[in-house]
Amino acid sequence: MPGDSLIYRLDPRVKFLITFYFIGIVFLANNVASYAFLMVFVLFAVLVSKVNFIFFIKGLRPMFWLILFTVVLQAFFTPSNHPIWHWSFLTLSKEGLVIATYIFMRFILIIFISTLLTLTTTPIEISDSIESILKPLRVIKFPVTQVALMLSIALRFVPLLIDETTKIMDAQRARGVDFGEGGLIKRIKAFVPILIPLFVSSFSIAYDLAIAMESRGYKDGQGRSKYRVLQWSMRDNWTIVFMAGVTIILLFLRSY
Amino acid sequence: MQIEFKHVTHSYESNNPMSGLGLADVSCTINSGKFTAIVGKTGSGKSTLVRHINALLKPTSGEILVGERKITSETNNKNLKPLRKNVGMVFQFPESQLFEDTVEKDIMFGPQNFGVPEKDAKEAAQEMIDVVGLGSEYLQKSPFDLSGGQMRRVAIAGVLASDPETIILDEPTAGLDPVGRKEIMDLFKEQQKNGKTIILITHNMDDVANYADEMMVMHDSQIVASGTPKAVFNDQELLDKNYLTLPQSAIFAQKLQAKNFHFDQLPITISELTTEIKQQIHGD
Repeated sequence: MPGDSLIYRLDPRVKFLITFYFIGIVFLANNVASYAFLMVFVLFAVLVSKVNFIFFIKGLRPMFWLILFTVVLQAFFTPSNHPIWHWSFLTLSKEGLVIATYIFMRFILIIFISTLLTLTTTPIEISDSIESILKPLRVIKFPVTQVALMLSIALRFVPLLIDETTKIMDAQRARGVDFGEGGLIKRIKAFVPILIPLFVSSFSIAYDLAIAMESRGYKDGQGRSKYRVLQWSMRDNWTIVFMAGVTIILLFLRSY
Repeated sequence: MQIEFKHVTHSYESNNPMSGLGLADVSCTINSGKFTAIVGKTGSGKSTLVRHINALLKPTSGEILVGERKITSETNNKNLKPLRKNVGMVFQFPESQLFEDTVEKDIMFGPQNFGVPEKDAKEAAQEMIDVVGLGSEYLQKSPFDLSGGQMRRVAIAGVLASDPETIILDEPTAGLDPVGRKEIMDLFKEQQKNGKTIILITHNMDDVANYADEMMVMHDSQIVASGTPKAVFNDQELLDKNYLTLPQSAIFAQKLQAKNFHFDQLPITISELTTEIKQQIHGD
């Protein structure tokens, strides 16, 4: 999503690390005050990012069933000595409801913060920052640049493969394939005429790409300069200080 | 089978206000048994137009009549097989649709989907491999062992094998060598003589001049001109607006005009051009 705000301008490495750090500290929260504090923090970050809130709600949608399933499971299967409601193996208790609410909050917090990362950071920035973060692993001969290259090529291939899939689906539909008709076996069989051509063309695209890269002088393992240079600035330092503050308040609020 | 577009509009992603318009209020008739060429720049809506004929795309508003069959925005995805059997479609780079382990099975795939018994589908494969200029020795080979040009022919055979009344061709000769190109185009002209309706999308104006009976020019999601190739290529206004380019013979004739030749109408094929030149050299 294109846009411009403080969060957009942050160094992608900071955003990437903070997102994972935040997902970690979400698990430190263990009472109403600490969860409420984290929620306020996330909403504040959303506000600062100037991204429309609707996109965050949309981000929840694919996870809806997972959230519902987990929350219901927690609510009904938490053992308790003081059940509010009881029927055969199902028990609804105050403890169960509280835990279910916490789980629900965790989902919301984690999904919101990762949506914030993906909405304000381009995939290529994310792959650049992974490369930069993994750099120390070079010491143990971990192929950092290759992994980063694989990541960015994989990202580049997503729209290409979507295009290719639509094309092949159209071609097979014109030859009388009906997707979404008949029983399960028939439906799975209908995908063979898509998957095989898709494999074949992915390989040929990959082969072409390799040739194109080689003919432009790509050689692996050489010190390469960057077209997009990541710039660490003062606001990134302040963001880290701010996160440290958030952590201290969180540690203060949680119960032991 | 006559094909008629009535005020057809198609917009991509209709819930998005920024959506691109694929077709804007297009009305036209494609006559049965004719060879109709559709030309226009990349993105002008040619492919969108033809994908409506076999309901791969449905109109946002308006309707399309394909023979007796009517396609509107409400057309259900079920029961489209009879329509798709009658409207065969050769896509750009159709070799990417091959997937079976033998050429024969791949050619039989279409007919069998449309309910043709195995024995008849096999016969159709036998017949079609000859039509596209490959021998029956190719039937048991894997399509992935063939050359690009041969794969293209197998894919075309696979579409023809369903015996469609209308054949839609979306740049079928892109990337082929000149000889292969001519063979493939002659093949489709032959199909027209057998009573089929041919619709060809192309950027090659010489193919239009040499093969088409009718042509349509698309620009910005609309049909801006239609008629016989001779009439359309002589429409000065279209050329001025840069909506289409001329076939080689017409370009040559234009250059001759600067050298005191005179043409009432620009010749569009080589034979027309040579007749005219002969007349003017010997006639004066």
